[in-house]
Amino acid sequence: MCGIVGLFIKNPKFESELGTMLSTMLDVMTGRGPDSAGFAVYGKGHDGVVKMSIRGGTATDFNAVAADLERATGAALSLTVRSTHAILELPADRESAVRAALHDRHPDLGVVGSGQRIEIYKEVGLPADVARRFDLARMTGTHGIGHTRMATESAVTTAGAHPFSTGPDQCLVHNGSLSNHNVLRRTLIREGIGFTTDNDSEVAAGYLTARLRQGDTLKQALTRSLDALDGFFTFVVGTESGFAVLRDPIACKPAVMAETDDYVAFGSEYRALADLPGIAKAKVWEPEPATVYSWERAA
Amino acid sequence: MDHTNIPRTVPRKSATFDDYTLSEIRRAAATGLYDIRGAGTKRKLPHLDDLLFLGASISRYPLEGYREKCGTNVVLGGRFAKKPIEIRIPITIAGMSFGSLSAQAKEALGRGASAVGTSTTTGDGGMTAEERGHSSTLVYQYLPSRYGMNPDDLRKADAIEVVIGQGAKPGGGGMLLGQKISPRVAAMRTLPQGIDQRSACRHPDWTGPDDLEIKIQELREITDWEKPIYVKVGAARPYYDTALAVKAGADVVVLDGMQGGTAATQEVFIEHVGIPLLAAIRPAVQALQDLGMHRKVQLIVSGGIRNGADVAKCLALGADAVSIGTAALVALGDNDPALAADYAALGTVPGAYDDWQDGRDPAGITTQDPALATRLDPEKAGRRLANYLSVLALEAQTIARACGKSHVHNLEPEDLVSLTIEAAAMARVPLAGTDWIPGAGRY
Amino acid sequence: MTPSPHCIDLATATVRELNQRLHHLTADGDPGIWRVLNPAGGHAIAVGLNAPVTVEIDGHVGYYCAGMNKSASVRINGNAGVGVAENMMSGLVHVRGDASQAAGATAHGGLLVIDGNASARCGISMKGIDIVVKGSIGHMSAFMGQAGTLTVLGDAGEALGDSLYEARLFVRGSVASLGADCVEKEMRDEHRAVLHARLEAAGLAGEVDVSEFRRYGSARGLYHFHVDNVY
Repeated sequence: MCGIVGLFIKNPKFESELGTMLSTMLDVMTGRGPDSAGFAVYGKGHDGVVKMSIRGGTATDFNAVAADLERATGAALSLTVRSTHAILELPADRESAVRAALHDRHPDLGVVGSGQRIEIYKEVGLPADVARRFDLARMTGTHGIGHTRMATESAVTTAGAHPFSTGPDQCLVHNGSLSNHNVLRRTLIREGIGFTTDNDSEVAAGYLTARLRQGDTLKQALTRSLDALDGFFTFVVGTESGFAVLRDPIACKPAVMAETDDYVAFGSEYRALADLPGIAKAKVWEPEPATVYSWERAA
Repeated sequence: MDHTNIPRTVPRKSATFDDYTLSEIRRAAATGLYDIRGAGTKRKLPHLDDLLFLGASISRYPLEGYREKCGTNVVLGGRFAKKPIEIRIPITIAGMSFGSLSAQAKEALGRGASAVGTSTTTGDGGMTAEERGHSSTLVYQYLPSRYGMNPDDLRKADAIEVVIGQGAKPGGGGMLLGQKISPRVAAMRTLPQGIDQRSACRHPDWTGPDDLEIKIQELREITDWEKPIYVKVGAARPYYDTALAVKAGADVVVLDGMQGGTAATQEVFIEHVGIPLLAAIRPAVQALQDLGMHRKVQLIVSGGIRNGADVAKCLALGADAVSIGTAALVALGDNDPALAADYAALGTVPGAYDDWQDGRDPAGITTQDPALATRLDPEKAGRRLANYLSVLALEAQTIARACGKSHVHNLEPEDLVSLTIEAAAMARVPLAGTDWIPGAGRY
Repeated sequence: MTPSPHCIDLATATVRELNQRLHHLTADGDPGIWRVLNPAGGHAIAVGLNAPVTVEIDGHVGYYCAGMNKSASVRINGNAGVGVAENMMSGLVHVRGDASQAAGATAHGGLLVIDGNASARCGISMKGIDIVVKGSIGHMSAFMGQAGTLTVLGDAGEALGDSLYEARLFVRGSVASLGADCVEKEMRDEHRAVLHARLEAAGLAGEVDVSEFRRYGSARGLYHFHVDNVY
């Protein structure tokens, strides 16, 4: 149960504003989710280079971790530390080796996401504090998705915070409550999808990853999820080049969208959009139930 | 071999297909409709009877009965409300609608509760002038159907109870059958007379705790932040539901175990959905403690409370007060053996009558039939209820004093032991004579 | 000319202050015209009003704007969030933009006019309110509607009037599907008169032809539980 925000930049001039806009939107959604917050930002990327978003703790010495991983794998790593998280950039062909070394040698750290462009940050605490500790306001990029969480049944932990990323450059945030996630999780595990929490939303993310792996487009995967997922949901989903919104057919959970020539924005409530530039002249609408809305960046 | 004198086995009925089950199969086959009835679950469940108090002796000192003070008052709603309410005894009257009950019965509940300084609660269908007039403290329920909901009554109420569910049917909506949709009930609910009324299972304009928070904000704004706001849930996932009610801004959480009654619901719902009160209290209290809100957000529990020992046990497990419905109706005169002939005419016996949905209650309580309703004298019935509530409070005090407490709220889980392994696991108190709490994990 | 209106800017004042001031107005005396600036999607704006005051809100509002309104006229120069005019008793609420879900939910009286579209569950459990939507409405609108009228100049979404009681529905455009127990009914003169009165109240007299509307109501098949109508 939560607040969701999302921003997809159409006019490159606004890419430098992405973090500022997203952090304001996130802060406004505190009432809907005071337990934890998180966000994914799609920034710059380089062919053949993977960014791994790694979650540690306040005491984690990421420099030592990176040096150790370099020694263990021989891969050339570059490191950017932001509070409890770090972004490791590494050659794409070394990702599995680095992941394995991280898992074996630093089991207290977790990979919250990876891909060519995605960076994910999430922590327990008030959304404004979370945005501040990671300096979201100064991040830039083409699209971003944020989430404030009021935990329903799963634990209030950093791992339980959204966004959930179960595939390369993919992420999902969810407002609502799924009612068949346990059985679906067991099926997806057999199909090779890994889960790190007991959270229902992670199952939705995993379902989309499984469909994308089998060749679905994002739109096809989301359309299929209407049959596979039972319960109540509003999803905002990000991929390397795409941004999508979907609500369940009953559509109890709120959603508001706004579009101008410069951006497409999503908020659980209009309040989240109220401070965006040019909002007074934006097209503002409520997405229809059981309808996939998606935007793709030109390649 | 003598084939004439072989001893025969006696006729043996199936434990699985018992007489009741067989009759239900025949009933279903004849009607094609599920059984709808009133009251609560009738099956045997782990209950408060399986707990015992450890009275004081040498290691602890008891208080002198009748002389040394043992407080019973409770303040409800101090978290946010400018006007919290105070009740003299930790026993309130649960929400029961005018419609399911006669106006006389509602008046009697108000009279009885007011006489001993406690609150009563409206139900689905709105507030009547009689019940407001006869209730010194009245809690106004805010239900999915919003029958009879209006801002004037909201402002007249002493507290507002947002009802999300009830123990008899967590996840289900209300029902009121046509026999009870009298002209007055129909007018109050804006319904055609005599129809079988269905009510929604979800609120029409919010779903989930994030939206509940906004709904609570609206109710507070309308009432200028004066009135305590309760959130009532049926016991199913009490840890989560309590935590979310608190996060959404509730002043008071009301938790109704599956033994709680209903005016009319599917039998299958009453008997198979929800968890017993005994299993529900500790997870709810745990949620309050985990949030640092125990005793700040009050917890009222209900569902099968019958005597002062039940009251004291609920308080010891961490509740701030209890609520009674079925027992209050019995105090008014429901299922009275003196009406045996009337019950026989309805094909039942005193103690088993549960066709509250039919509106033919010979006691004049669960009916809208004017002739039947006048059988209940609101003053006398109110007096009986007041007497009964006094006994509950006195009994709870008796136990609290025996445990050395100068206020019933100082009862603790450590004052209790369990007679059965099941109850020990559910209530998280040790099996009597041991220090063993089975499965002492979390909820 | 009316005197310059009372003005409350929600960029500096709180919703609580706004509502407190509006609640202190009484029916006697002139409550005047109140203007609310910078609502910024805030919730519970102008709720629980109880006097014939006029409130103009410049911008988009959040959940439950004008909730439980009695007597007041509230105009929203923007979009409205979930549950606008929920449980209204009397008075007027006018949304100049679109309305979100559950517009006019459970309302007992008064008039709700929405210039744009209303989304899902418009008029859910309505109990006597008159709702006029100039655009279209979403799915499950008038679910369990008990009384009042819902007039839609545009189209209606899926499951219109599901489990309807006695609310009357008039739709000019298409209806995606009718809900359980909701049927099209004959449009007689008395219904045209009712519809005309509602359109007139919404300021649409002469602009819209009542003969273009179709009427929907309860088949009353769910009024009594029996084997063939259990869902």
